[in-house]
Amino acid sequence: MSRDLLAKKRNFHWDSVFKITATCAGAFVLLIIVLIFGQLMSDSWLIWEKEGLEFVTGDRWNPVEGREAFGALPYIAGTLVTSLIALCIAVPLSIGIAMFLSEIAPTRIREPISFIVELLAAVPSIIYGLWGLFTFRIIFKDWFESPMHDALGEHIFLFRDAPFGLDILTASVVLAIMIIPTISAVSREILLAVPAIQREAAYMLGATKWEVFRMSVLPYAKSGLIGASILGLGRAVGETMAVTMLIGNAVGPKAFPLGFFQQGNSLASIIANEFNEASPVSMYFPALIGLGLILLFVSLGINVCAHLIIRRVTNAHEGGIKGF
Amino acid sequence: MSNSERRLEFRNYFQDNLEKRMVKDKIVKIIVIACVAIAIIPLGSILADVVRMGIEIISFEFLTTLPGAAGSGEGGIANSIQGTFIMIGMTSAIGIPIGVLSGIYVAEYANSRVGKLIRFFNDVMMQFPSIVFGIFAFLFIVLVLGKFNLWAGAIALSLIMFPIIARTTEEALKLIPDTYREAGHALGIPKAIVILKILLKAAKGGIVTGIMLSVARIAGETAPLIMTILGSKGWFRGTETAMDALPLTIWRLSLLPYDNAVMFGWGAALVLITILLVLNMSVRYLVLYRKGGSGSLGIFMRITGGKK
Repeated sequence: MSRDLLAKKRNFHWDSVFKITATCAGAFVLLIIVLIFGQLMSDSWLIWEKEGLEFVTGDRWNPVEGREAFGALPYIAGTLVTSLIALCIAVPLSIGIAMFLSEIAPTRIREPISFIVELLAAVPSIIYGLWGLFTFRIIFKDWFESPMHDALGEHIFLFRDAPFGLDILTASVVLAIMIIPTISAVSREILLAVPAIQREAAYMLGATKWEVFRMSVLPYAKSGLIGASILGLGRAVGETMAVTMLIGNAVGPKAFPLGFFQQGNSLASIIANEFNEASPVSMYFPALIGLGLILLFVSLGINVCAHLIIRRVTNAHEGGIKGF
Repeated sequence: MSNSERRLEFRNYFQDNLEKRMVKDKIVKIIVIACVAIAIIPLGSILADVVRMGIEIISFEFLTTLPGAAGSGEGGIANSIQGTFIMIGMTSAIGIPIGVLSGIYVAEYANSRVGKLIRFFNDVMMQFPSIVFGIFAFLFIVLVLGKFNLWAGAIALSLIMFPIIARTTEEALKLIPDTYREAGHALGIPKAIVILKILLKAAKGGIVTGIMLSVARIAGETAPLIMTILGSKGWFRGTETAMDALPLTIWRLSLLPYDNAVMFGWGAALVLITILLVLNMSVRYLVLYRKGGSGSLGIFMRITGGKK
């Protein structure tokens, strides 16, 4: 065997061929990112030229030829609002799960529970959508939305619209269910990375498990947990199918999210719904590409932040009992 | 706050009210367990629903025939199953080599600055909204060729796949001790051969895990397929035409107003989820029971001349 390997030394140029191939593959990701941005920009150029900044701040949406008007604001707002509601629901739950997995659960049941949570991450978006559309929506409307509307609808504008099941809140809750596995898996890693000495110091003082977590684990892991949450936000922003099926797909000014039970729309959702209806030669098409470009920038910004925070945390090693 | 003040504060806190603190601890534990339960309920409900509805419709005919008229309740989803497997195959053909090579470059060739940069962009690209890849493939291929086709879909999906594989390959290679590389170089083996014959074999488990996880991820993607392979009702007729896949079928059927169509959607969901669970379970099996594959000792023996 070793002689075979040695014999190949004579073909030394294969070595550099392989190196060049690997280098190209490594550089591929940079090329693709530049290509994607370039392509989306050049194909949405028309809409930026015509609408200018109005495209981002406007709220009208009319693809009829001759009366075209395109404004992305309701969809940008819809994306951000649904993602943020989802984040508010998912973060406490995920940190609870991560805490259970890293601090409380006996070793025996840690593995099975992590496995189940990971399975949730493996279920594709479209199946969450299907489940949301035919099961969750109905239960959620009858048991949560209608009672809330009856109780608070007259007093708080957020609950004013009559609940129908296909609305911003339903989409947000399903989004929350979808990002819980992401956030809790990363959070668990971050909690497990907290040095044991940090916990032992607090235990030694006679702290209970909750006190250990609150005083010595949480301050240490805080910025990492924030990074995990932003990562979850990034996932929520890009989610398409489940949101499309549940958010109600309103267009134009009435899609601007002003209440929980209102039909809305998000960037990814409107693209998925209308992409195949748009003719590539009309203004409609560059408008949709423009929405894609905005979506890309929003998600890029969020993810770069998340990665920078997470990296800073995982690179830091030292620490004592902080923040008491 | 000075150190002694701080110590005093600690002492006061920990000496008093033990009972209250224990109760608080109990309450927090209950809340945390409730969090886990709340997260698991949806999974249970989804699986229960998909199995309950799907099992009713699934039959030999459902799995092996073409779809009939929409909502008639006749025919099956055979073409979507075929499409999903073709998509997995074509995507893997593009995505796996690029991903593995890119991982090799970052782990073995790149200096730390370039390596960090590429790793960072792989991480960022992994989180791009999948629909953006669909738009890109549409503009780049479908518009140029003038028709919806399978390569556009495969390229869109492979852009989702290769950063995942690149990252897992890189991590797997980094776990291999440097002595392996040094042993190879000491024998005068060229670097490419060291990587291909020694390191890849040692890292096999990790790389295969990454590949299977990325396949599971792309098999369920819907958004990029809407704008690339569009969907059809017939069998595979070459890569230059539109084709169907399971996620697309589920989406189309779930929006139809017929009960029969929706039932077909649940059936397709059951098939899709079965494929994904089998993939995930096999990864689990690989990681848990076969870690190391041929074993680091085996590689070492083979390199150092032990004949097998």
